[in-house]
Amino acid sequence: MRRIKEVYDWLDHRLQLSGPIEEVVQHPVPRNTASWWYVFGSAAFTLLLLQIVTGILLAIVYVPSAGEAWNSLNVLNHQLQLGWFLRAMHGWGSDFMVAVVLVHMAQVFMFGAYKYPRELTWILGVFLLLMTLGMAFTGQVLRFDQDAYWGLGIGASITSRIPFIGGSLVHLLLGGPIIAGATLSRFFALHVFVIPGTMLLFAGLHVWMVLKLGINEWPMPGRIVRRSTYLQEYHKLTHEEGVPFVPVAFWKDAVFSGAIIAAVAVCAFVFGPYGPSGQPDPTIIQTVPKPDFFFLWIYAALAYLPPAMETPFILIVPVLGIAVLLALPFYASEGEKSWHRRPVAVLVLCTVAISWGVLTHLATFTPWSPHMDAWSGDPVPPRYLHSATPLVRQGAVIFQSKQCRNCHAVGGVGGQRGPALDSIATRMNEDQMIRQVLQGGGNMPAYGKNLSPAEVTALVSFLETLHPLNEMPAVDASRKEVQTSQAVPEPELKK
Amino acid sequence: MSSETVTKNEPQDEEKLTVSRRWLLLKLGIAFNGAVGLALVTPVIRYLLSPVKRDASYKSWIGLGPVEDFPLGETRLATYVNPFRRPWDGQTAGVACYVRRTSAQQFQVFAVNCAHLGCPVRWFPQSQLFMCPCHGGAYYADGSRASGPPERGLFTYDYKIVNGQLQIDAGQMPTLSNSAKLVNISNAKGDGPCAG
Repeated sequence: MRRIKEVYDWLDHRLQLSGPIEEVVQHPVPRNTASWWYVFGSAAFTLLLLQIVTGILLAIVYVPSAGEAWNSLNVLNHQLQLGWFLRAMHGWGSDFMVAVVLVHMAQVFMFGAYKYPRELTWILGVFLLLMTLGMAFTGQVLRFDQDAYWGLGIGASITSRIPFIGGSLVHLLLGGPIIAGATLSRFFALHVFVIPGTMLLFAGLHVWMVLKLGINEWPMPGRIVRRSTYLQEYHKLTHEEGVPFVPVAFWKDAVFSGAIIAAVAVCAFVFGPYGPSGQPDPTIIQTVPKPDFFFLWIYAALAYLPPAMETPFILIVPVLGIAVLLALPFYASEGEKSWHRRPVAVLVLCTVAISWGVLTHLATFTPWSPHMDAWSGDPVPPRYLHSATPLVRQGAVIFQSKQCRNCHAVGGVGGQRGPALDSIATRMNEDQMIRQVLQGGGNMPAYGKNLSPAEVTALVSFLETLHPLNEMPAVDASRKEVQTSQAVPEPELKK
Repeated sequence: MSSETVTKNEPQDEEKLTVSRRWLLLKLGIAFNGAVGLALVTPVIRYLLSPVKRDASYKSWIGLGPVEDFPLGETRLATYVNPFRRPWDGQTAGVACYVRRTSAQQFQVFAVNCAHLGCPVRWFPQSQLFMCPCHGGAYYADGSRASGPPERGLFTYDYKIVNGQLQIDAGQMPTLSNSAKLVNISNAKGDGPCAG
């Protein structure tokens, strides 16, 4: 024991670190900040360290070359001891990190922590969020599979919409005219050097400011932040009523960080690594590319925007959103911190969270995408063809073979791009169906050129059988009138 | 302690002189570093911008095979190796495109990339439609927009026939910034039944 003490003293005599560390450890924090709500920042930092360690371990095997990257990932997955586990840790660590950073940001926003004097801490935090998302995207690119390849294509297509310099920016993004070796190399440099380096610097400053300015106190309704009095009030909270950071607050940070790393490990062990999916061969077009979890909401938003609004939206809204986040601490640097007195802030957070959740949920089953294999893979339910006439059966065959199923579900299976057709006959009559099939419209292509008159007749007669037993099919009102007037005897009509 | 006593003992104006001279030297040092930095950084910016080139310098004529490979009235997937490539590109140097032969000498060559956000569209000969798996864009056989988010038809390559070989002018990923010749929402029905 004495030996250890000697070594410690020898080191500290030269490093001179024990003083500053002691200062950090013992600095007083407001009593009720020793709360479970204050653990997300330290957890995010711990996850950053986990990502760096697992990233380095992967980098000693990964080959950042377009021709070899995919193979090297498969070697990691299948041929190296625990290679799959490290990939899984890095992948799940990334998901956890984005999630924890978002939760941290929401908490800080709700607690009004961006107000004076912590404006710059928030601004650095905004950049740290953007870089975390940047790491998630570039990381998806390094998993150089089909999803990564076409994800880059989407990135390039969005970039190309920037007026005037779009084309040049695409070349810069891809490192050349197409997605290829140069593209992977530059994303590797971004993912491994540029962004993490900047992130470490920013995260260091972020933590430094938290320590120097003090952790945000627990917001109390009515305790207004004023530039002139805040520092004094905060001093009172820390130096008169406060508690030492270590161990009173820090033990919760430590426990939560440990729990998060354990959760990453459990997810990694149970669910395994992400991909790689199919090889990045652009000539294999039988693929349904999909972004990683935290970009699904963008995928959904891009499907639902009206075409004409899309370019302005994707070019302007992100810039505005970031500008709003950066301007927030200047716009609201004083005033109430408590969420009890900030209804707009609560509503904004709820709206953003719910929108994000809904878009992400939609993107998990992509109702806007045709199901490419539904026409050959999902048969018409046999009960729809019981005691059907040959013409109706022929119509069902055409219904399948012309890929109607790719967009229209029947019996709960098939695409959801168009409406499900199980009760179409109650909504449209024969003439309306023929018109819709031939001319399309309302997001449906026109099939006029691709169907013979006989095929149209058969198809529509099949569609006309699609109605619940207890509901009559739709008929043309005027035609019905004609039919009934023919059927009803003359004298009764005169009544 | 000792340094404090030394400075106190030194005459005031000499200290000022020393300090201002040191400051001048420091400023000179910073300016020198700035100049060296600028001289180095300028060419490095050129290095960073080297992939930015005119479209024409990436494109060239490339063969897709003999015209007999593409039957009349049909749309076939063709592949080629991008004319601009690096030895380590691997599979990514390959590119796919759709070739539609409309008559003996007339073709349409479409990029597989959806005009919306670049996903690979798939050809369905039965319904004569291209469908995109990403956001549901659909195109008619002639490449015109049928439905969905794309604002225009499929991107097309210029083609020519040389010695019975079909050649296209290709070399870079088609996007709205380099291939947008026409935005035709109004003509969204292609040449449907009403047109003829």
